[in-house]
Amino acid sequence: MDRLDLLRGPVPPRPHDARAIAALAANPGCARRAVLDAAGIDKDATATHLGFPAPFGQSPFAITRGNVFESLVKESGCAELLRLLRDILDLPIPLAAYNDLGDVGGNPSAHLRHSHTRKLIDRAARDADDAGTLYDHPLLRLDIAGHSSYLEPDVVAFRLGGLFRIVEIKSFAVVDGQAEPDKVAAAARQAAVYVLALRNLLRELGHDPGRVSHDVVLVCPENFANRPTATLVDVRRELAVLKRQLARMTRVGTMVDALPPELTFDLARDADGVPTRPVAELREAVRGVDARYAPDCLSTCDLCFFCRDEASAEGSTDLLGRQVRDALGGVATVAEALGLADGSLTPDEGQEEIARLLRLADRIYAEVS
Amino acid sequence: MSTLAALARLRALQTGTAKRLATVRHCHLSERPMVFIPLRLAGEAAAPLAAMAGTDPARPRLLVVPQPRDRDLRFAFTAELAEILLPYVEGLQKATETVERRGAEPYERCLDAPQLIVPNRGAVAFVHMLGRSTRFRRAEGPYAVHPSVPVLGRWLTFLAQRAQYPGSAVLLAATEALSLHWATGQSMLEDANLASLLGWIDPPAGMTGASAAREAEDPLVWPPAGPATDPGFDTEVLVPAIRAYEQRPTERAAARVGEAVRTQLEPTWGLMWRAIDLLGGLPAGPGTAARWEADRASFTNFTAQLAEGGPPQPKRDGAVGAASRLARMERAQASYDAQRAYDDPLVMAGHRLTGEAFTGTVVATDPDHTEGEGRGRKLRPLLTIRTTDPARLAPGARLGTPERRGQQAEVVEIAGGLVTLKIIKGMGRGKAATPGAVPEVGERVCYAALSDEFQPPASLPAPEDTPWTHGGPPPEHVPADEDPEEEWS
Ligand code: SF4
Repeated sequence: MDRLDLLRGPVPPRPHDARAIAALAANPGCARRAVLDAAGIDKDATATHLGFPAPFGQSPFAITRGNVFESLVKESGCAELLRLLRDILDLPIPLAAYNDLGDVGGNPSAHLRHSHTRKLIDRAARDADDAGTLYDHPLLRLDIAGHSSYLEPDVVAFRLGGLFRIVEIKSFAVVDGQAEPDKVAAAARQAAVYVLALRNLLRELGHDPGRVSHDVVLVCPENFANRPTATLVDVRRELAVLKRQLARMTRVGTMVDALPPELTFDLARDADGVPTRPVAELREAVRGVDARYAPDCLSTCDLCFFCRDEASAEGSTDLLGRQVRDALGGVATVAEALGLADGSLTPDEGQEEIARLLRLADRIYAEVS
Repeated sequence: MSTLAALARLRALQTGTAKRLATVRHCHLSERPMVFIPLRLAGEAAAPLAAMAGTDPARPRLLVVPQPRDRDLRFAFTAELAEILLPYVEGLQKATETVERRGAEPYERCLDAPQLIVPNRGAVAFVHMLGRSTRFRRAEGPYAVHPSVPVLGRWLTFLAQRAQYPGSAVLLAATEALSLHWATGQSMLEDANLASLLGWIDPPAGMTGASAAREAEDPLVWPPAGPATDPGFDTEVLVPAIRAYEQRPTERAAARVGEAVRTQLEPTWGLMWRAIDLLGGLPAGPGTAARWEADRASFTNFTAQLAEGGPPQPKRDGAVGAASRLARMERAQASYDAQRAYDDPLVMAGHRLTGEAFTGTVVATDPDHTEGEGRGRKLRPLLTIRTTDPARLAPGARLGTPERRGQQAEVVEIAGGLVTLKIIKGMGRGKAATPGAVPEVGERVCYAALSDEFQPPASLPAPEDTPWTHGGPPPEHVPADEDPEEEWS
């Protein structure tokens, strides 16, 4: 059995959706997360069993709103979407065929559906006629640390002539040409995952991966209405970050090799799926892989409350965030920084400058407060 | 972040309670602020779900949209909000003072201005959005709304735009106002949670700040301060309540939604007034009055614009508007930073650490020192200060001093912990310096290379001369006919 499978225990690896894959780039320096993700471990269940459930949830209103908007854009064979594409690409697309790749009949496995997508994309890549074709719900795949992850197919691929584009439908509003920057950034990161997966697919099929454009089409509601509007978003930077992170994940092997051979994050679920692994044991196992906590984890990683608690117990300055840590010249613990500030600790080599600053800050603070 | 602020956070973490970052209050606090806590329906840009508003801590007004997707109910909400906000704003327009100006007509300025206090940055953004979604509405024609709605929209827009001006206090986010004065033992990201921030600053008896802050993260104990609601609350409470209203839109069903959102708003209402009390407990910094005066002038101007029947604020700034605003903002920010430093030794401490300012003891003076000959002879008193601060100032640098505002000095020489300065402005016009203008030997003094004087406005082309590279002249806003009909679904 694969080492990563042993780490996970006898459950299937958790599929990564595009959101999860995009989030991999959020804290690239964290070994704990790299190992757990590479092994396809359910971090949410792990955090819950550890007594630190993740603070994430999505409101049913937001979900409904998303679905309503998406079906509006896709109504009557994506008529509305086609109109937007004509506008934004400035092309006279007379007509476009619509293919729903999700529609394979029955309840086929992801694997089957992916083969179906493959076949149709291959055919599409061969015929470069001028009529456009929309491929809804393409089931794409991305390899992460040796495991295939199928991506939730909530995008549309559009082919016109020899070029493919990813179309992403999001329900956050663009008001007077502006949207919330972090939402746009998150959408761009996710779209990059699909661009990469589609490029890989073309490459595997022997086509030029460069035929997938790095400009993705983002479709959002405009102003306060439900009327959609489209924007081109260049995701080259997101692609570069993603590739770097995926390359790191393939090197996760060396990280895993360094771990004790008996280490596992298996929750030992019983017949009803209830975890029976002793919590203390699981805690030790998780702590066995180094984390790099940062306050950003609070919005990106299921283990955030656990790791924050750990950082707090260790008195780590990471707890206070990057800005503080930078201002402290990278001094790792609160005790050390305070020791340098009150002079009870002699600075190590290389720490003289920050120690001088901290002592000065301490003196001035005492003088004026 | 300055080393000083970082150290304050470390001390907060070590002791379990927040540490002061300021000795005085740097934002004006109105005698009658209006607290406004908006909630938005998840997934929507500006669909109000509910709000709590009012000027009396004992009498919050609850506003509810029992079905937030219903356009008429939403405009009923904004009309109700207008009923609360407009009388508040209009009441402040009545009392004015006459301001005399050299070389210009005297003008009338309101003695006070509105101050809206909201929980956090998200709420400030929501005020902006709500203003945008209401100011173009019309009282007649298709989709007519109550006449107060577009007026409300223009006031909300005024407040949100003015709030971007550094040092303005017409629209304050409680988390930001508190963070300006206290350092907690958590990250800035976590400080955006009002309950947790207040936990550090003012923990309940028997609790450390750290544990109060942790407890504050539980949405069941402390519901989020908005505008987003807790997804768990949405799923378990709000969805069924709204569905019941949809099926039978009775008063009882509406009241059920109202009671549901009240549980989410009431805890924050209490927190908001605690935040105001805490800020009010600090003595006002001397500069707050002048900055509030600028807010009052801005309020007076906008009142006049509205009275003259000007059009609603445009959807976008033209390029020149944007550039001149940016330049003005930068100057205002520099001046605001300087004012706070001169008002507050704790803020000045941060500048002393970076070497832009220093404190020391006067060891020698030459109050009658002059420069130049004959008619060009000028009084330039000299003084030498001993300091242990790491002053990093070049000869010729212009300095100000909190002890003698309006005075200016220039660095002559810095060597071995001794700084020699000459006073170049603010020592009187006579042959000898005005008594008290030159510090005595032995006096503790502070000097800083911070200027709170406004530079002359950057010369920018008038809006109609915008170069084509910047999009050409901005189109004058002609209220388009579709504006009031813009969908809001
Ligand atoms: S929460 Fe923990 S595991 Fe997740 S990225 Fe942060 S430090 Fe790593």
